[in-house]
Amino acid sequence: MRTPVTVFRKEVLDNFRDRRTLISALLMGPLFGPLLFAFVINLSIERSLSDVDKTLELPVIGSDNAPNLMRYLQSRNIDIVAGPADRAAALEAVRTGTHDIVIVVPAEYGQQLADGIPARVELISDQANAQAGREARRVRNALRIYSQEIAAIRLSARGISPLVLRPLNIDDIDLSTPSGRSGILLGMMSYFFIFALLMGGMYLAIDTTAGERERGSLEPLLALPVTRDQLILGKIAATCVFMALSLALSLCSFFVALKFMPLQQLGMTPNFGPDVLIAAFLILSPFILLGAAIMTLVASFTKSYKEAQTWLSIVLIAPTLPILIVSILTLRPRLEFMFVPSLSQHLLLVDMIKNEPLNAAHVGISVASTLAIGAVLTWLCARLYRREGLLG
Amino acid sequence: MIRVSGLHKSFGAVHAVRGVSFDAPDGKITGLLGPNGAGKSTTLRVLYTVLKPDAGTATIDGADVVAHSLDARRRVGALPHGSGLYPHLTARENIAYYAALCGLGCDSIDEKVDNIIELLDIGDFAERRTKGFSHGQRTKVALARSLVHDPQNIILDEPSNGLDVMATRSLRELILKLKGAGRCVLFSSHVMQEVAALCDDIVIIAGGKVAMHDTAEGIRNRTDCDDLEDAFVKAIHEMEPT
Repeated sequence: MRTPVTVFRKEVLDNFRDRRTLISALLMGPLFGPLLFAFVINLSIERSLSDVDKTLELPVIGSDNAPNLMRYLQSRNIDIVAGPADRAAALEAVRTGTHDIVIVVPAEYGQQLADGIPARVELISDQANAQAGREARRVRNALRIYSQEIAAIRLSARGISPLVLRPLNIDDIDLSTPSGRSGILLGMMSYFFIFALLMGGMYLAIDTTAGERERGSLEPLLALPVTRDQLILGKIAATCVFMALSLALSLCSFFVALKFMPLQQLGMTPNFGPDVLIAAFLILSPFILLGAAIMTLVASFTKSYKEAQTWLSIVLIAPTLPILIVSILTLRPRLEFMFVPSLSQHLLLVDMIKNEPLNAAHVGISVASTLAIGAVLTWLCARLYRREGLLG
Repeated sequence: MIRVSGLHKSFGAVHAVRGVSFDAPDGKITGLLGPNGAGKSTTLRVLYTVLKPDAGTATIDGADVVAHSLDARRRVGALPHGSGLYPHLTARENIAYYAALCGLGCDSIDEKVDNIIELLDIGDFAERRTKGFSHGQRTKVALARSLVHDPQNIILDEPSNGLDVMATRSLRELILKLKGAGRCVLFSSHVMQEVAALCDDIVIIAGGKVAMHDTAEGIRNRTDCDDLEDAFVKAIHEMEPT
């Protein structure tokens, strides 16, 4: 046991002195995810919140043709401004982006309304523009309600209850909880944690094979009276420590970043207290061995440091695949999913953030299967470390 | 004592070593001489057990390099060609790491490291990180590293490659010191003068075979050449037809 410990201590010391390892393990991985996430969430919250309260400036052509409609829109916090000269100019203005949206009220609007035939109002917008899409929705909504109000008045005038226009009364009963709603948004964080974890050990994994070979330090090392199994064990252990450190840091930085996200305003309260923080670390920790082993394994096939970096960046992305597929198909956690590493951790993590009780069998299978795959990969690493081709 | 008999090693289609046999006794310096690609390095790599021979055997103090490779490695200090150091560790830490891996106890590590630092005269830069060391400094540290566990057999693959005059000279003194202490020193080189000046026994290798194995004097006599370089060329040429 002394040899792996010696190797482990040397690798940890060596890598703590390596700026590149430190930056990727302690800075890039842990901070990248939470920062990006906080930024994107804040931006989108700001946009969706501001839209409701903000006064919308609406360019209108022919506002004189519909004074009542204009008054109504103003009461809905929509400011009417003078639009372009004519309809052609309006189309051009929207196409070039001068205006997001323009309303055209034709001259015959008043007459059509008086005659009781549907009065034409044109709403010009470019729906490929997300901002314009939101504004168009808001204006269309206002117009629809105005239209319904006029319909109700017309029916009342003819002695018919306006309720005949509402054969159904739809009641939306939403069972989601504030933590549950946050699960949708925060679910993707699980990948950032796995990403940070892998980043933390990436340079160590390269160093143990491709790096040592390129530096010329592998051959004298292998000529020492120690078995290669002991060497690889110590090296994988050191990789695990950096991965664990990176994972812990990224969880903590996410915990802090969450405090700066106004999720409550979206009706979301993520369940991410200190206890969940620790539980999340424990749920994700079996992935450490797997990550360390697979990165070491992949790096041992490569001929140089650069080649190893290229291949390992693919390993960095690979864990997203199962998460992505399940998210797109919106599958609920199932027992068989727990056999898939990265996916099982993701599903368990989402359950925790949603504040739903964890299924003990799911946790057990996730931990056991991830550890088992990690152990097999470690064994494979040791096997590969024994072959002559390792020297390149 | 290193004993090699009938060693074969191929890499794919390249038959690099074709039946090399020789003995390197204790208390003597044995030089492996040969042109580039003759199979010197491959032979040495088999001896310090990073390669397995396809056929033939080799023993270090009686320990077979395949069957008892761990025992064999315990008796060998190897300096492979182009040995690299860990740039973030100091010279002392590099040496101490190998000492620990060789199974030296914590108490004796410091003592052994101090001894070897003194022996190789690297005290001036022992506490510096090895990043940015000169080639000579690196070779000395690598040598210290492979000698720290006091091996009986020392295998050096082209140790003087790229060293300046002073560094070569101190390396030569060290090798003579090791011989004086009764060690078995086996080193490869393609520099004639170096081999002639140092070696008790010379093994000339060409095309993966032993062309000649004798003392420097014996080789001169057998080839009828006064100059060792001519002898070397002649010995290699005698190999060609076979």
